[in-house]
Amino acid sequence: MGEITIHHYLYLSAILFFIGVYGVLFRRNLIVMFMSIELMLNAVNLSFITFARYSSSMDGHVIAFFVMALAAGEAGVGLAILVMVFRNRTTVQADDLTLMRD
Amino acid sequence: MTVNYYLWLIPAAPLLGALVNGLLSYSYSKRERGPNEALVSFVGCVSPLFSFVVAAAVFLHLRGLDPSQQRLQQWLGHWIMAGTLQVDFSLWIDQLSMVMVLVVTGVGTIIHFYSIGYMRGDRGYARYFSYLNLFMFSMLTLVMGQNLPLLFVGWEGVGLCSYLLIGFWYRDIEKAAAGKKAFIVNRIGDFAFLLGMFLLFATTSRIGNPTLDVPMMRSMVEQHPDLFRPMATAACLLLFAGACGKSAQIPLYVWLPDAMAGPTPVSALIHAATMVTAGVYMVARMSFLYQLSPTAMAVVALVGAATAIFAASIGVCQRDIKKVLAYSTVSQLGYMFMGVGVGAYAAGIFHLTTHAFFKACLFLGAGSVIHGLGGEQDLLKMGGLRRSMKITALTFLVAGLAISGVPGLSGFFSKDEILWGAFNASVGPSWFPPLLWAIGFVTAGVTAFYVFRAVLLAFFGGQRLSPEAKAHAHESPAVMTVPLILLAAGSIVAGFLNVPAALGGSGAFHHFLEPVFSGASAHGAHAAGNGLGAADHGLERVFMVLSVLAGLAGILIAYLLYIRRPDTPARIAAKARGLYNLVFHKYYVDEAYERAVVRPGFALSDRVFFRIVDVGIIEGVVNGVGTTARLVGAAVRLVQTGVVRTYALFILIGFLYVLYRLLW
Repeated sequence: MGEITIHHYLYLSAILFFIGVYGVLFRRNLIVMFMSIELMLNAVNLSFITFARYSSSMDGHVIAFFVMALAAGEAGVGLAILVMVFRNRTTVQADDLTLMRD
Repeated sequence: MTVNYYLWLIPAAPLLGALVNGLLSYSYSKRERGPNEALVSFVGCVSPLFSFVVAAAVFLHLRGLDPSQQRLQQWLGHWIMAGTLQVDFSLWIDQLSMVMVLVVTGVGTIIHFYSIGYMRGDRGYARYFSYLNLFMFSMLTLVMGQNLPLLFVGWEGVGLCSYLLIGFWYRDIEKAAAGKKAFIVNRIGDFAFLLGMFLLFATTSRIGNPTLDVPMMRSMVEQHPDLFRPMATAACLLLFAGACGKSAQIPLYVWLPDAMAGPTPVSALIHAATMVTAGVYMVARMSFLYQLSPTAMAVVALVGAATAIFAASIGVCQRDIKKVLAYSTVSQLGYMFMGVGVGAYAAGIFHLTTHAFFKACLFLGAGSVIHGLGGEQDLLKMGGLRRSMKITALTFLVAGLAISGVPGLSGFFSKDEILWGAFNASVGPSWFPPLLWAIGFVTAGVTAFYVFRAVLLAFFGGQRLSPEAKAHAHESPAVMTVPLILLAAGSIVAGFLNVPAALGGSGAFHHFLEPVFSGASAHGAHAAGNGLGAADHGLERVFMVLSVLAGLAGILIAYLLYIRRPDTPARIAAKARGLYNLVFHKYYVDEAYERAVVRPGFALSDRVFFRIVDVGIIEGVVNGVGTTARLVGAAVRLVQTGVVRTYALFILIGFLYVLYRLLW
């Protein structure tokens, strides 16, 4: 086994990101899609921190904190919306929620 | 002196009256109870009376001035300032406007008072007086406007008011149509008038002093006649075409007989004081320009003469008392144009003045008859009314004698002046003036005949009333008969304003107007009745006797036909059935216009402008825009699936594209 380099971190970040993309695109449950988005955000966080570490700068860390704060807010609002959607429509399947088309 | 500061009061008073009555009319239309007639009549009648009083005061002041100084002007403000064109709200009074203002406000006021009786009980009482006052305002603007655009405002204003008043009882579709006809026919003339105005402005611009101010144009024309000569004929003919529309001359006279649809006092106002006299006034006002174009003057005189005889002949066969008078107006206006056309401007204006009195009297008399009989207008269903309507009969008779040219009454003086002016005219070839005179002479006889036909059929002979009319027949109230008496008195004395020198008079009216037309008499076209210059008094007296004889012959024939042997007219009509029908149907001019102008106009509007231009092009463009938007929307709509995951996919594709562009 060789040394863990910057490439390993970045590949991991990319893999996590595209797992998130896959989840958003191909899963129908809104909660799962939601979790996938969180996964994408965390994949990006990983990239930021990697670059920060290798360039000896604090900027990436700061942005990672911002992203975490944003993700927390997004989770709060998003889950609230989800709850309301479920109460009104008794479903959280994305393909059933097509009011915008009709 | 500061009299000129008060000129604005003359048109402003009727305008204020129109506004007040208009507002009253609006508030009355909202409530159940009828209008407050006392208030409306007070506002409606006091405003023109006030104008008349101011005008009379101005006249007294004007009389005191030296003839060359007899001009008052008031500048009220700028109106149009565009490039080199500057038009102001400026009023002026010179001798010609003075005469017109006095006639308009004087006769107009009398007609306003008469209307109180005639319109009593009408739902639109306030509306009626509002229009009537607006009419006065427009006419006063027309005669007092110092520049052509301001004159044109009044010119259009009287057209509008005639439309409103002729179609006053608009619930009757025929009356509404008559109003529309008056307006449209007038517009045809107005278009030519506008072109004439443009041409004048173009000419003054080219000379380097762009203006439409009448006195300024006059001094320019008098200083540089040669600069104006090339366009004088065209400009004069265009302006005259406008006058033809307004003053009901061939070929645009057709609206006036139909104008009878309005209330009778309106007819009196249109025919006597306002509106139709505008054309004669305008030609007289622009006389300095007409002097430059003998062709245009000959055309004016010829059209006038042709209209005079043509309309008089139609009047002979009409059965509706108002139609007889309407054609008589057309015919008398022809006389006036003949007068101004041969350069006898003062004679034309003088006839305008006397005509205002006797024609207003005739119309109001006819109105009194119609009122007294409860709406009957057919002469053949009248007769013997002198017993039940003494004052109306007497005043109608006096006015009838005046229009027939019986010596001593006003029509005699003014008509003979025009005839004498026509005979001495210097326009056209040598046979032209005697021809004009002959036409005028014959017309005088025919006029006397048909006016007395109306007088005799209505007031003399046996009664042919329908039973209900007979029960209804009564003399009109004093508020209607007093105006009749005033107008009849005017028809008697107005002639003495201008007793010709040939009869030992001084021609006061002519001397008063002389400065306005001084350029005219200098050209020698003007040797009319005042006996100035080379007029031959002996010959003039012979001509007077001749035309008086023509008038008396007309009266005598009417008497023989309609009183002595009342069955003859029907027999003559039966014998000459074709001719009678031709005249009775007014030479089928309306029908010819219908075919030659109205129907092609409708066809053009329908087939081309409606179906091709409107439906095809305009609606096509509008609908095309709408259809395009709808089609684009339908195409784009396919993308909007409503499924969140699809949108996420689009975002991904976009993201990858941006990434691709950034990295490679």
